[in-house]
Amino acid sequence: MKSIWTITKRELAGYFNSPVAYVFLVIFLLMTGAFTFLIGQFMDRNQATLQAFFMWHPWIYLFLVPAVGMRLWSEERRLGTMELLLTMPISLWHCIIGKFLASWLFLTLALVMTFPIWITVNYLGDPDNTVIVASYIGSFFLAGAYLSITSMTSAFTRNQVISFILSVVICLFLVLCGWPPVTDVVEPLAPRWIVEFVAASSVMTNVEQFNNGQIDSRAVIYFLSVIGFPLFATSVIIRGLRA
Amino acid sequence: MIQVENLTKAFGPKVAVDDVSFSVQRGEILGFLGPNGAGKSTTMRMITGYIPPTAGVVKVGGNDVTEKPIEAKRLMGYLPESAPLYTDMTVEGFLGFCAEVRGIRDADKSKAIDRAIDMCFLKSVRHQSVDTLSKGYRHRTGFAQAIIHDPDILVMDEPTDGLDPNQKQEVRSLIRRMGQSKAIIFSTHILEEVEAACTRAIIIDQGKVVANGTPNELKAKSELANSYTVSVSGTEAASVRDKLGSVIQSSKVTIVNDKPPTVVARVFPKSADGEGELGRAIFDIASQNNWKVSEIKKEEGRMDDIFRNITLPDTQAQ
Repeated sequence: MKSIWTITKRELAGYFNSPVAYVFLVIFLLMTGAFTFLIGQFMDRNQATLQAFFMWHPWIYLFLVPAVGMRLWSEERRLGTMELLLTMPISLWHCIIGKFLASWLFLTLALVMTFPIWITVNYLGDPDNTVIVASYIGSFFLAGAYLSITSMTSAFTRNQVISFILSVVICLFLVLCGWPPVTDVVEPLAPRWIVEFVAASSVMTNVEQFNNGQIDSRAVIYFLSVIGFPLFATSVIIRGLRA
Repeated sequence: MIQVENLTKAFGPKVAVDDVSFSVQRGEILGFLGPNGAGKSTTMRMITGYIPPTAGVVKVGGNDVTEKPIEAKRLMGYLPESAPLYTDMTVEGFLGFCAEVRGIRDADKSKAIDRAIDMCFLKSVRHQSVDTLSKGYRHRTGFAQAIIHDPDILVMDEPTDGLDPNQKQEVRSLIRRMGQSKAIIFSTHILEEVEAACTRAIIIDQGKVVANGTPNELKAKSELANSYTVSVSGTEAASVRDKLGSVIQSSKVTIVNDKPPTVVARVFPKSADGEGELGRAIFDIASQNNWKVSEIKKEEGRMDDIFRNITLPDTQAQ
């Protein structure tokens, strides 16, 4: 456990040692704000909910999460430090989880820093705070799911840009396969059960549950598997690189 | 401390390391020699558990590296080729990270950092970021990382590569000093380094061990070993060749240099000439013929000579 935390600490410090962390936080907060107020028309809705805020998260994360995670393993490969790290007396799993946790914690910090909007909506009206808490949890899981995919794509290549693009494409697929404008087009073309199955494996359908204020065990299991599988794939890729 | 048995590594159809066996005991410094691409780095990566072997076993302190990687890695310090480092950390931060990963914490950690910084002469750059360091300092930081936990076993891939002559000297003496209490393997393609620092050397070529012995044993295998180089004047090359060639103990005489009035000849012995009989015979011939001998030298054999002889035929074939 201690070695996982050592890895996590180093990775987190890595974010804050460079301007990356601050640039990211500012862009994330600006974007969530802009989408909520300008496009989501938070004020004009005249509703005491944060729907206009959370509905954009799958789209904002689509670019920002891969940007945070793209260096996780590709940087180790480029610098050659992977050889150093993997000849230390710690298991590969500790490294993978430690690195993943660092990025996830960083994204969680970004999410926590959106608290003024929570205060705003409570000041302006009387929202259902349990729904807001559930939505925050959903957003937390969503970030983890994208991040885990980015961890996998960053193990593929020593080039961060390729890692970023691959990750965006895979995450975009997970978004679109359950997004009504896409499923409506596909629905007449394929058997109903296939469409339903694919839609059920979309992050959209599952994050919707949280945004409606429900913490459904199926959605939780969905996110845990979407986090777990790519992390497992990361370990397979790294083992494959060394064989 | 380190036992390598029938180690083989194939990357697809290409066999990088082919049935290599050797062992290293405490107090030994093993030099790993070979041309580029001979399989030195691959062997070291298998010893340190970075890549799994295709066949064969590596045991470190009795632990099989494949089966008990954590226990084996705990005993080892490893300096990979070109000393990779996390460039976004300070020297102290980086060494602290390496200590913590190895389970050294709190007061022990700062003691370990101080010790490594002292040993590797890093005091002046202690708080400097790694990406601003010169190559020499980077290399020494990598070295410091390898000895942070005072390991019983040190594996270093070209530890003096890219250092200036003074730094090379420092690193060599550091290796020699540590070699008294540890088992050390280091690879190099600088032959003088092997003579300067190693107690034993292995020459590896095309994945195979082609020579294994102390630097003196290896040098004795050199063609030049035990031959005599004689500089004489007051005679001619042809006469020198004939007269020296008639010595019973000599197998061959070559004229190295013929610039009148001095002739430089090399006399090779028939068998290993331990007692110096060939030397005495050369002196006798010289005095019988009234040659003026300005120099006579017994060759010890040269590392580069044996290295070339063992590894060159393959390179030429390509």
